[in-house]
Amino acid sequence: MSNLPKERRIILKNADDPSYSNQIDCYVRMGGYENLKKAISMQPEEVGEEVLKSGIRGRGGAGFPAGMKWKFLDRKSGKPIYLICNADESEPGTFKDRQIIYKDPHQLIEGMMIAAYAIGAKLSFIYIRAEFHEGARILNRAIEEAKSHGFCGNNILGTDFSCDLVVHRGAGAYICGEETGLIESLEGKRPNPRIKPPYFPAVLGLYQCPTIVNNVETLCNVRHIIEMGGDEFSKIGKPNNTGTRIWCVSGQVVKPGYYEFECGSLTLGQMIFEVCGGLLPGRSLKAVIPGGSSAKVLRADERFSGTLKDGTEFDWGLEDIPLDFDGPMAAGSMSGSGGIIVMDDTVDMVEAMANVNAFYAHESCGQCTPCREGSLWMRKITQRMCSGGAREEDADLLLSVANQIEGRTICAFGEAAAWPTQSFVTKFKDDFIQKASSSEKPENSTLQLI
Amino acid sequence: MISPHNDDLITIRLNGSEVEVPNGINAVEAAALHGVEVPHYCYHPKLSVAGNCRMCLVEMGTPMRDRASGEAILEDDGSPKIGWVPKPVIGCATNVSPGMHLRTESELVQDCREGIMEFLLVNHPLDCPICDQAGECRLQEFATDYGRGFSRYVERKNVKPKRTRLGPRVTLDDERCILCSRCIRFSQEVAKDDVLGFVDRGSFSTLTCFPGKELSNNYSLNTVDICPVGALTSTDFRFKMRVWFLKESKSICTESSAGCNTLVSSREGKIHRITPRRNDQVNDTWMTDSGRTLFHSVRSENRILRPCVENQDVPMEEAISAALNCFKGKEVGVVASCHSTLEEQFLTKKLIDLTQAKTFIRGHFGEDDGILLSADRSPNLRGALLVNLTNQYPGESLHSLNDAISSGEVESLLVLNEDLLSSGVTEENLDKLPIVYLGTHANETSRLAKVTLPGLTVFEKNGSFINRSFILQAFEQSIPGPVGLVPQVNIICDLINQLSNVPSCSASFDDLWESMNASIEGLPEGLTHTELVKSALQIDRTPWSDMPFVEKEALHYTIEETTVV
Amino acid sequence: MDNQLELSELTLSKIDEVIPKYPEKRSAALMVIHLVQDELGSVNDTACEWIADRLGLQPINIKELVTFYPMLVQKPWGRKHIRVCRTLPCALRGSYATCKTFEKKFGVKEGHVREDGEYSLEFMECLADCGQGPVVIVDEKTYENIEGERAEKFAQLLTDGKLDDSEEFTSYEDSLIKLPES
Repeated sequence: MSNLPKERRIILKNADDPSYSNQIDCYVRMGGYENLKKAISMQPEEVGEEVLKSGIRGRGGAGFPAGMKWKFLDRKSGKPIYLICNADESEPGTFKDRQIIYKDPHQLIEGMMIAAYAIGAKLSFIYIRAEFHEGARILNRAIEEAKSHGFCGNNILGTDFSCDLVVHRGAGAYICGEETGLIESLEGKRPNPRIKPPYFPAVLGLYQCPTIVNNVETLCNVRHIIEMGGDEFSKIGKPNNTGTRIWCVSGQVVKPGYYEFECGSLTLGQMIFEVCGGLLPGRSLKAVIPGGSSAKVLRADERFSGTLKDGTEFDWGLEDIPLDFDGPMAAGSMSGSGGIIVMDDTVDMVEAMANVNAFYAHESCGQCTPCREGSLWMRKITQRMCSGGAREEDADLLLSVANQIEGRTICAFGEAAAWPTQSFVTKFKDDFIQKASSSEKPENSTLQLI
Repeated sequence: MISPHNDDLITIRLNGSEVEVPNGINAVEAAALHGVEVPHYCYHPKLSVAGNCRMCLVEMGTPMRDRASGEAILEDDGSPKIGWVPKPVIGCATNVSPGMHLRTESELVQDCREGIMEFLLVNHPLDCPICDQAGECRLQEFATDYGRGFSRYVERKNVKPKRTRLGPRVTLDDERCILCSRCIRFSQEVAKDDVLGFVDRGSFSTLTCFPGKELSNNYSLNTVDICPVGALTSTDFRFKMRVWFLKESKSICTESSAGCNTLVSSREGKIHRITPRRNDQVNDTWMTDSGRTLFHSVRSENRILRPCVENQDVPMEEAISAALNCFKGKEVGVVASCHSTLEEQFLTKKLIDLTQAKTFIRGHFGEDDGILLSADRSPNLRGALLVNLTNQYPGESLHSLNDAISSGEVESLLVLNEDLLSSGVTEENLDKLPIVYLGTHANETSRLAKVTLPGLTVFEKNGSFINRSFILQAFEQSIPGPVGLVPQVNIICDLINQLSNVPSCSASFDDLWESMNASIEGLPEGLTHTELVKSALQIDRTPWSDMPFVEKEALHYTIEETTVV
Repeated sequence: MDNQLELSELTLSKIDEVIPKYPEKRSAALMVIHLVQDELGSVNDTACEWIADRLGLQPINIKELVTFYPMLVQKPWGRKHIRVCRTLPCALRGSYATCKTFEKKFGVKEGHVREDGEYSLEFMECLADCGQGPVVIVDEKTYENIEGERAEKFAQLLTDGKLDDSEEFTSYEDSLIKLPES
């Protein structure tokens, strides 16, 4: 084995400990809510300052610095401020928030209460995907426990600080992971994302009030930032890529699962071939989607070269890509929500594309033209290509349709729908062209993807 | 609404040229002010900004500033360095600020428009030949102007409901709908009747009413007007007429004192529809459904088409002399009308002064819908005040006339438009005296009249009204009147001239307005009807500030504090 | 509004409880819809009208939501509702085959309810448990790695009513329940 680092579990430290439960006694015994106490003894601005110093970047997909996001909050409007935890976990390939919600809900609640204190929110919401039936129950039970212990609700820890916490269930819509779509959904409307400008959540969010929306894992990190202090936290990982990340590996590896590592402490190759036990017997690697299905696909034999932000030059194969925020970005893709989807040589890339396109066509809210019409069109094209009707010009057409979506939609769903097509078609063009002359699948593959 | 309007002008750079525009308006409006079209579907100046069609994508940049010092960053040549937003932005939600740069004709913008047009058409049916929107369809227009000109779509189009009854007056074709949400926003924001919505999602989203509910409010046809494509069509107008054959004239709705500005569309002397005409001080771009039907009165059965004396058709001159005979040596009463135009009211007042007649006038009232159907159901009550036909707020009856007849103070009557029987005057009393009726349609009073003088409807003449906000607005003739009929002003003028020793009254609008400007306080010198058609005039309302006007707070109408209710 | 909707006292009291949690009534829409669907199995037009009335909204506001979200339905699913994940990570692990197996074993086409109302099958988008695909949800419980022969076996146990007793198939939810510490 190479110099493979050990997992460093901060967020998932206790989650899979057989002696650990999701009840409050257990959480308190492990030092839970001590950091809420610590935070409340500080000024709210100081808490925000620690988060800013920590350099923590959002774990939901965009990787925007959370401390910065909080800074944008309009505190002068005089309107109520809201905190929302995005627990919609809807990016295909991602299943990390589930582990926290089901196994360590109090960690999230503590993180949220600290965040609420820092931003001045008196009411917070957890927007949880409806498929997490039990997850919502666990959270509700945990909130009741926290309330009875004075960690949530009125006069938290006997202070003037009060913040209620409401669990709100979605109903099966990917678009609710987009923060303004989520806000609309929470307002009881169709989750059509809002135009920005003017509706930046930090200014005009829930009920047109200043609102912060953070991912589950991000909010959990807040608890640890307070524990360690922002400076200390920022030493974990690498500059601009601080803290740990929970990587979710799925697809065709021996040991798929979730693994928490310091940012940048290992490469994509180490993750696939060492941590996850490599590919299934007799298979070879074909492609990897490094950050949830909307991230651009990477081809196994691609080379990535260029100059990093810090000036260092790089020339990587797929296996060399460091797992942090900047690595996959430098390779032309993104780490997104941390969902690594591995595909081996049994995969028909056109079918995989068709599978992904079917997802986006199904999930497009339909509000704005390019995404609504483009995503369905791409689905129809790839569907036809997989049903014996492929034409040589389809590859170019697909690419052109995707290009007509990217950058022209109300929300980032446009990119999420366009990037897979752009990358699949460009990087596996031969597979798409070949479809027109033969409908054969890769050798020995019985795998059906569409 | 996103765009605040104000007069504070700023300089922006539009496609490379410096232009002045009001600060804060959006890029679509700013470009339009300088003759540059930014095509759009979902944006409507009178509705909230949805930003969903993406047709108005443009390139935008603003002068860069140093983060720390706030100082402008300059290019080598000293001009401000522009930070272009890397992605195109929607013009409808981009408000101009000083120094902003906009590109509406760049390659990227063209490419965006081609892309959006292609997307909008992939699931749009090709039924233009039978579509009522043809000729005024934005999809057709922009496909011509900005489309790619060929189709790359070989898949099956989505199937959605067609020819759905959305309400008593509106038919929906969901396959044509481009989901711009204008109609939904209109229903919520203007009509305050939240009945429309999208069901399902993605490309399968479908506009609908809840089962059992209908789009039946009195503003439903506005959704047809603002539908940029042929999805919402007027059930009444469906398949009746190709729009390009229609001639349009500027008119004013007579339904109530709201005074909606309208366009009357006609062909060969027949009116086919009335639609709202934009006026940001009065009706924005809306009008009631009920106001759109008023043109049917032009050809209604009870239209008075010929002058009559004692129920016998006679030539006009004969009818005029018969009318004069009625007044001769009698105490004359004149029932003036809030439905008359200002010009007619002015001459009526002149006639009254000449004959020293007693004046009677009533109002017509109904429910105020708080939007554009006001409680005062006449178009020109305030005109009657301005020409001093009365200094009292008109009531709902003419009891005083009944008393005056009973007491013998009134011995003959000239009635303009009104029905006296339904206004509290008894038939017994009316039988006592000769009545001259001047109006467009027969009623109980005209049947009792000795002399009937036919008039022209608002569609067949020129004139002006003062609306609830004391805005004086003029309208123009849309269609010719029935053969042989002349405008009311000519008839009143005739009566005046024949009663005067020196015939000096002219019914020509130039003369009429000259004399009106001279004698009516508040009208500026040189004001003409032609000018008024182009731009309305705000009349100072203070002389009537304590009158008990019945209108409620409504679109562009607020009750002033001084008003006594 | 005189609206007939048979809801239990429990559901009604839960509805009364959830609405005031939000600063604005309309926000409770999804939660109230969930509560109604949990009891009635679906949210039909009558239910939409009732919910709208309860929240001071128009029925179309509710129907807009019910038709948008895949997990809200206007007609009830079967007594046992089986969801199989269709999205790429599960598909890479054989979820299409699992779905086919289920169609055969449960005698119902994907997206439909079996005639006797016993089973319904839904091929759904990502269920956020991609590491253990193919993922299957039966009513509210999540089962992992339901592929190939395991799918056959799983279906058999379910039809035999023996799934809950099976040690081979413990749901994600049940696996969280830990014995109290001694």
